[in-house]
Amino acid sequence: MNSLTKREIILDNYSNPFNKVAEEVPGYIKENSRNESCIDNIDLYIDIKDNIIKDIKFSGEACAISTASTSIMIKNLIGKSIEEALNYMTEFDNMLEEKEYNSDIVGEAKVFDETYKQINRRTCVILPYKGIKRALKEYLTKNN
Amino acid sequence: MNREDFPILKSNPNLIYFDNGATTLKPKCMIDRTKEYYELYSANAHRGDYGISLKVDMAFEGVRESTAKFINAEKNEIIFTSGSTESLNLIAFGYFKNRLNSNDEILISYAEHASNVLPWFRIQSEIGCKVNFIPLDNSEHITLENVKKSITENTKVISLAHITNVIGDIRPIKEIVEYAHSKNILVVVDGAQSVPHIKTDVKDLDIDFLAFSAHKMMGPTGVGVLYGKYNLLKGMVPLMYGGGMNERFDSPECVELKDVPTRFEAGTPNIAGVIGFGAVLDYINSIGIDNIYKHEVELKDYMIEKLKEISHVNIISNSDSGIVTFNVEGIFPQDVAVYLDKYNICVRAGNHCAKILKNETKVNNTVRASLYMYNTKEEIDKFVDLLRDKDKIIREMI
Repeated sequence: MNSLTKREIILDNYSNPFNKVAEEVPGYIKENSRNESCIDNIDLYIDIKDNIIKDIKFSGEACAISTASTSIMIKNLIGKSIEEALNYMTEFDNMLEEKEYNSDIVGEAKVFDETYKQINRRTCVILPYKGIKRALKEYLTKNN
Repeated sequence: MNREDFPILKSNPNLIYFDNGATTLKPKCMIDRTKEYYELYSANAHRGDYGISLKVDMAFEGVRESTAKFINAEKNEIIFTSGSTESLNLIAFGYFKNRLNSNDEILISYAEHASNVLPWFRIQSEIGCKVNFIPLDNSEHITLENVKKSITENTKVISLAHITNVIGDIRPIKEIVEYAHSKNILVVVDGAQSVPHIKTDVKDLDIDFLAFSAHKMMGPTGVGVLYGKYNLLKGMVPLMYGGGMNERFDSPECVELKDVPTRFEAGTPNIAGVIGFGAVLDYINSIGIDNIYKHEVELKDYMIEKLKEISHVNIISNSDSGIVTFNVEGIFPQDVAVYLDKYNICVRAGNHCAKILKNETKVNNTVRASLYMYNTKEEIDKFVDLLRDKDKIIREMI
């Protein structure tokens, strides 16, 4: 994927974020995620049934990178089992850390494969992942 | 003006620094004066038994004298701290906490910086008194009228920034103090954004306490000033105990503290910082604070005039100081800052530590350009030109 395509995908996800909502979603698990070093601040709403992520929505204010990263993450996670979701996130982390990773599993989130070149944007990219990891961990503790 | 005095502008000729509300660039004279201390007489203060220590004492106390002159105070009314934050905390916890009771009220505003909000919130939760807010007018300014309306018979202290760090308005402090004193209310002034920019005469304003930071006026980080009227400082309790602040001690019952202001400066002070701050006071005096202010306002007016030409730029504040806050329609402030950074322009995006201001303005986050003496119209031209094309911002912000 060349850098122009990556930019287009990021901008598209920023301009038309997937499952972004204006208000709190009743009945979903709510998890806030924000960055100490900047002003990104989002709420994730997660619906899990029988260990399957049925739906995720989000609301809040965040920069273009954070918003796009959240949008892409949500698309990638819906329909996955918790195990598959955790596996996806491990592959995604491997990519950010410049380790070997499975690009099929990471999918559209490959647009962030050069984040290591802009160390100050790393926190923007991982913002939604911090939240979803906390939420899944809590779900597993409660339900297993 | 005087750009040649700033080494950072020589080593980064393309740097456009518009984040002076956060901290300022440092002139060579300040760096040299600090370096001189480290290279030529780096002894401790208050150990006057040998030559270089005596030199330290004279330099350190000399800066106390210059600071007092700078704000028209007396020398023994100047306490050196680590910054405005420590100064405000010392005022709140060292003076007011011991005097307020659960019926008393503290008046602040929604536009205050965290350091002029959180100490008062803490005091409220510790002793049960009440923090109240003076309403802002339509331009988010404080008016004497609104101060009068907010005062009750239980109001004991009003604590306000002279210039706020987001809105940038200059508050009518003299009039507020005059009215407050007629009701036996003390006034604390957060001067972090004002002392570096406008002439501050504590006697003329008749303020009871003032806090400001050296680094926001081209001085070193880690140095601040607390001014208090001498009789009030006499009644303030130190929060830090240790060397340098005691006269003698024998047992818990027998501790004698040094006089004001030394009793508030426990431990080895930031000697190099204070000495460097002295150089900056001389520097500002040589240029003239009124000339600095005039230059800033001229630049600010120029920036506002240019920004008004751009339909997708919403100006949030146009004030009497060098602070301009704005948003680019539909673009997150941080993305605007990241985009400008690609052209070496430093601006601040966010809530600027005034996290409760959104209660009044309904705007969560903004981009802030804050100007100082070394900024130029040419820099503003470059900055404004970069904001003209919204598509370019969107293309380049990631």
